[in-house]
Amino acid sequence: METGRTRRRLPLAYLGVLPFFLYATAFLFWPAAKVMFGAFQDDAGGLTLDHVQKLFDEPYRTAFKNSIEVSLVTAGLGAVFGLLLAYAAIREGTPRFVRAGLTTFSGVAANFAGIPLAAAFIATLGTIGVVTQFMTEQLGFNPYDHGFSVFSKTGIEIVYLYFQIPLMILVIAPAIDGLRREWREAASSLGASSWQFWRHVGIPIMTPSILSAFVLLFGNSFSAYATAYGLTGGSVGLVPITIGFYLSGNVLDDPHLGQALAFGMLVVLALMMLLYIPLQRRASRWSR
Amino acid sequence: MEDFQEQEYEFLRRLEEEKLDRRKLLRRGLVAGAGLTILSMPAGALAARRKALANPPLRGGALSLKEWVAQAKKEGTLNTIALPPDWANYGEIMSTFTKKYGIKISNDNPDGSSAQENQAVRSLKGDPRAPDVLDVSPSFAQAGANEGLYAKFFTKNFAKVPRAMKDGRGFWVADYWGVTSFGVNTAVVSNIPKTWQDLLKPEYKNKVALNGSPLTSGSAQAGVFAAALANGGSLANVGPGIDFFAKLKSAGNFIPVQATPQTIASGQTPITIDWDYLNLAYGKEFPAAKIKTSIPSDGVYGAYYCQAINATGPHPWAARLWQEFLYSDQGQLLWLKGYSHPALFTDMTRRKVVPKALTAALPSAAVYSKVKFASPSQNTKAKETVATDWPKKVGS
Repeated sequence: METGRTRRRLPLAYLGVLPFFLYATAFLFWPAAKVMFGAFQDDAGGLTLDHVQKLFDEPYRTAFKNSIEVSLVTAGLGAVFGLLLAYAAIREGTPRFVRAGLTTFSGVAANFAGIPLAAAFIATLGTIGVVTQFMTEQLGFNPYDHGFSVFSKTGIEIVYLYFQIPLMILVIAPAIDGLRREWREAASSLGASSWQFWRHVGIPIMTPSILSAFVLLFGNSFSAYATAYGLTGGSVGLVPITIGFYLSGNVLDDPHLGQALAFGMLVVLALMMLLYIPLQRRASRWSR
Repeated sequence: MEDFQEQEYEFLRRLEEEKLDRRKLLRRGLVAGAGLTILSMPAGALAARRKALANPPLRGGALSLKEWVAQAKKEGTLNTIALPPDWANYGEIMSTFTKKYGIKISNDNPDGSSAQENQAVRSLKGDPRAPDVLDVSPSFAQAGANEGLYAKFFTKNFAKVPRAMKDGRGFWVADYWGVTSFGVNTAVVSNIPKTWQDLLKPEYKNKVALNGSPLTSGSAQAGVFAAALANGGSLANVGPGIDFFAKLKSAGNFIPVQATPQTIASGQTPITIDWDYLNLAYGKEFPAAKIKTSIPSDGVYGAYYCQAINATGPHPWAARLWQEFLYSDQGQLLWLKGYSHPALFTDMTRRKVVPKALTAALPSAAVYSKVKFASPSQNTKAKETVATDWPKKVGS
């Protein structure tokens, strides 16, 4: 019987994904659930809203503001520059080796984040960094005399762009590949200028991909910890660093507050998704 | 006839034959019971003695050193955690212990924090990799003792440790203390700052760093305490210390890089506010950087770290032998060799067992006599003030 045959096929398929579900449960859902429940527990085990209420108080509010600001800035700039770089490398006039070289470099740079990146930037742009020394001696211009410091929020944004732009390049390259040459030729044969092509054809086609990449970059920057910690030693308040203070430092010890901060991060990311979904629907309406 | 009925008749027939009656049966049972009890008593006694030896005694003085070593050798290993080899000479302490008693030390996570040490005790309970002994800051020692993570133990010299430096119940003892000092890379900075006010001089622009943020590093928090003492604050009021660092930052002298031995040697952080024993050790470790340590005379703040034994550790005997070693004269002098002040320093000075060479390597005793320690409640209050005010005033 046909129904019998279809029904028998399904369970075997689920068996194939069972290991993945177990893995996701053990390493993703279970820890996330523990964090979310821990955020509302007090030391005695009862329920309390105290920890989450504290999030609206001073050091944590600034931490969230800083984190969101840094993430928006690096995601925005990363998206724009990544898109421009990727397009420049992929369009027809460019020699083939440029794209290959750029993709390989991006693959390394996108994953280079962490303490080594922070150390590299301190050695380059720090108070006695190589570039700083060069600028002071050869160009007579010391950026530190003019208020610049790599150990500030600006410095963090510059360092984050080092891995945000390559990540954008990697993610947007397939979307640029999807822009067929025939569309460009069709548009110009109908009399459209370059600007008109991009405004009416190119960008609307790419917008869904650009939006997804932006959200990815935002999440990547929002949860980065080691890079910012290695660069500023925790003096710039960001949410992952504050969580580290409360969970694994030598001075403060309040695991439930750390879990509440993590819960706050989940809320921010969820809000981001809530903003993203209707935008995505609107952007892809031409393809429906 | 059924099977069981057959067996029953068989049994009753045999009973009749042997003329066993109830009384004889009872007597035989009693004799057998008595015999078994007598025979099992040595076995029971042996098991009881083995159980007694499985649990080490509460006091170090209850057994002789040879017995301690014999028991610890059976365990063969000691698990330590978060002990950097260049921190208060722990490298030499660990190698001396291994050479002297033949017990291997496996040191986990050398750059770990006190929170991670307590967490390792919680998560690795029952695991053979769990840490046996811990060296944590006082607030974590209190928290761990109250939570039941530590075992009670009184070393032979427990009574000689000053009262303010130990837990009366025996859960932790202070091991060594140090004071906040300035470590200066004189290859980069020729003029050594002598007081906290000196740090504000314009020649030190972009040169002063802490060992991390006071929200996470005990040494940086001590820096805030010391700055408070020097700028009109007190142990109960660290606000002026935070204000001082805010002033240092706006003057452009303070850089928020975490000072590590590498940043000091490379000149990235030429003036470091850190423990004296660390700065003095870096002076020996990096001779090219010509690091000199100066203890600011206007604000001398000290803090100690605490030694504790994991209640559920896998090597209880080795852990207690380690503590006995640390609180013996040899162990205490090794800490002194690492430029820190061991807990029994006053007692050893009185007994005149401290070599002159070791005290000569430390800065003058006059400065150390001015040291102030914070009580647990002052510590807690300071932590709260720093947690709310530091990000606002000094952070960004």
